Amino acid sequence: MMKQAPERLTALLDECKTLAFDLNFTYAKQWKSKSKYRLLVGYLPIYVPREIIHAANGMPVGIIGVGDRKQIIKGDAYYQSYICHLPRGIIEMVLDTNLDTFDGFLFPSICDCVRNLSGMFKLAKKGKFSRYFDYPQNFEKHIGGTFYRELIETVIHDMFLINDMKITTQHLNDAIVLYNRNRELIEMIYNIRQEFPWRLSAVDTYHIIRAGMVINVEKHNEMLEEIVALIDNDFGEPMDNIRVVISGSFCEQPPIGMIKSIEMAGCYIVDDDFMLGSRWINGGINNTTQDPLNELVNSFLTQSAPSSAIYDVGNPKSARLVSQVRSRKADGVIFCAASFCDPALLDRPDLQKGCDDAGIAHINFQFHENTGQFKVIKEQAGTFSDSIKLWV
Amino acid sequence: MSNPKEAIKEKSMVIQKEMLANLFTELSNAKENGKKVVYTFVPGNLTELILAMDMLPVYPEINALQSGMRKKSGSYIKDAEKMGFSEDVCTYVKCDIGMMLNGNIGPTGEKLPEPDLLLLSYTGCFTFLKWFENLERLYPGVEIAMLHTPYQEDGVITEEQITYMVKQLKEDVIPKMEKVAGKKLDYDRLGKMLDNAAKAEDLWVKVLDTAKNRPSPIDSYFAGVYYMGPLNTAFRGTEEAVSYYEELLKEVTDRMNLGLCPVTPEGEMKEEKFRLVVEGPPNWTNFREFWKIFYDMGAVIVASTYTKVGGLYDQGFRHESGKPLESLAKYCMGCYTNLNLPQRVDLIEHYIKEFKADGFLINSIKSCNSFSAGQLLMMREVEQRCGIPVGFIESDLVDPRYFSYANIKNRLESYFQMLGQRKTILEQEEVNA
Repeated sequence: MMKQAPERLTALLDECKTLAFDLNFTYAKQWKSKSKYRLLVGYLPIYVPREIIHAANGMPVGIIGVGDRKQIIKGDAYYQSYICHLPRGIIEMVLDTNLDTFDGFLFPSICDCVRNLSGMFKLAKKGKFSRYFDYPQNFEKHIGGTFYRELIETVIHDMFLINDMKITTQHLNDAIVLYNRNRELIEMIYNIRQEFPWRLSAVDTYHIIRAGMVINVEKHNEMLEEIVALIDNDFGEPMDNIRVVISGSFCEQPPIGMIKSIEMAGCYIVDDDFMLGSRWINGGINNTTQDPLNELVNSFLTQSAPSSAIYDVGNPKSARLVSQVRSRKADGVIFCAASFCDPALLDRPDLQKGCDDAGIAHINFQFHENTGQFKVIKEQAGTFSDSIKLWV
Repeated sequence: MSNPKEAIKEKSMVIQKEMLANLFTELSNAKENGKKVVYTFVPGNLTELILAMDMLPVYPEINALQSGMRKKSGSYIKDAEKMGFSEDVCTYVKCDIGMMLNGNIGPTGEKLPEPDLLLLSYTGCFTFLKWFENLERLYPGVEIAMLHTPYQEDGVITEEQITYMVKQLKEDVIPKMEKVAGKKLDYDRLGKMLDNAAKAEDLWVKVLDTAKNRPSPIDSYFAGVYYMGPLNTAFRGTEEAVSYYEELLKEVTDRMNLGLCPVTPEGEMKEEKFRLVVEGPPNWTNFREFWKIFYDMGAVIVASTYTKVGGLYDQGFRHESGKPLESLAKYCMGCYTNLNLPQRVDLIEHYIKEFKADGFLINSIKSCNSFSAGQLLMMREVEQRCGIPVGFIESDLVDPRYFSYANIKNRLESYFQMLGQRKTILEQEEVNA
């Protein structure tokens, strides 16, 4: 008889599910309300060094869209039909005051839409600071590294002006420890799922990681420790599914129904780039030095995940995708990018070519975060799965 | 819609045409003559550096817009889409890649040489980065140099940003250029070119300023895109460019002194009814039909943001030979699309007031998020601050599928009616007062 998932796991997954799509950020706001020195700093996809916010007595809060959980009415009036969906939802949240308690906002350098959204926040005077986080595209330590360090120091200063809290070496090293552990635990979940994907669905995994973007890292780590321990036990039953890697969903997020449809169509999602920012740094960051800022800078320069937001000449993403497919023992790749997502869609031909050259099967979809019809996607994914099972 | 007649050209246009023809001939013979070829972008271009090392620049955006004007872009775009590029992405990129797939035949019908260097001066547009990543794979083994231009996110250019750029130029970009060129950069020669650039920039600003006159002797958008050509592309820093702008300024000043309206492809406009400021690039596939809608209604564009993508000279920037690399860094960071949204709104407000515009119009481009994302909020801000009628139309750079003549004409006619009514009311109020 098939072993059922532990009750405690079900309870944790329910909690993550609720947290992940709380667009009022209730938990974060409650956390902030406990001290006037606490900060909430919202950040957009993909990556910011959350350690600095934590060290400044703040909570980094991921603002990664409203999905299909909020009707967009006012936000559409700010964007033409050919702009992606993510910023509409964010503007809708701004206008509905969902983000009013936030102290500041960071808009990582990823595309011109997110860049210009930072300007819209400035025009609308939202937050005590809003900053385009223009990480370097030069990866020499004394060139790009110096520039990046100055950028981080500017954000630290922004936060200092609000709560008057000076970041110490100890604060920053402590934060590095916490986020190292956070990434390590997330990686453990992916590694367990690689072997036993039936123990935790892709949707559940998604909720777990996304929940971590709206709560404090200490609490998320506690949840992750429990989840890792629970899924390390045997339960559930394998299905005759193929194993796929999803690529291209690093900014605007696919609707949950879509992730579910892909799995139901016979594809275990063994790796993905959803919420890539939470997994951006590969490996740990040194937490024992007297210059932790330097460690954060170096980690960005040398340990960043492959991403469409980073200039990749000399270290092409296609080779890194192929290596990811191999290491996850995946059967194929589903390119799954948001409509009008320039970075993902401009990378796609080269990534597809990389897969073709390596003999890796692939298909592609485009979506909006509030796409509501999944029948075609399910059929396509089902056919993909069948073709691999039958012919590869 | 009738077929456009042969365009009427001023002397400066003839000069420019010759300059371009010579450039393309030189490009087509580049390999035989041992000249190295550098592909690069218009915003934040480093033309003086390229020319100072005796290399020849090619601007893929310019090729794309020329393909658009010559009705070739549609098929190029489709070919790139067959290769896997989505319908959703920048059509300049697809047009360029499609052109390459079809033999890389340039606007004059001659084959463009393959690049020896891809010089990615990444200014004000994230897509540039993706574009050259793709080209780097399509031209295997080509040298590529990347110059990351920080965005003016706080509305200022900081010393740290300048240092970052100068370091990149000194330690990465220039050494790569020298390697390809096979020679060291001659800083004296570069300095002379920067001095020439500044002379041409002075003249260009004087040309732009003539639009403050009523009637304006120039159209700063439709004609402006021709006028800005030499300065934004392969000729900045040359004596030729200085001569071109001297001639242009003479022509324009003569027209201004005679109280004449702008010259259009169908001859001189007879009356200036409306003065507009325009934001966003023009459509290239139907450029003349698009322009005609305006001049038929007596609308003159007195200032535009698009003519500032290659540099904000009218706001005081000049290339300087004293600190050449710092000057190039400031130039790159100062281009229009590298300004943040509040700066862009301020600039538009300034133009509306300075050039006494009756209206503000946005041509929103499907392909260009750098311009388009946020434009609707910018429009509201401008309307609120300036209290003038604002208009909004949509088209694309070089994808003919996204130019709907009837739709655009209909919208513009309604907009001009609104401007006309407002003008009548204002005149009536003046009489009553």
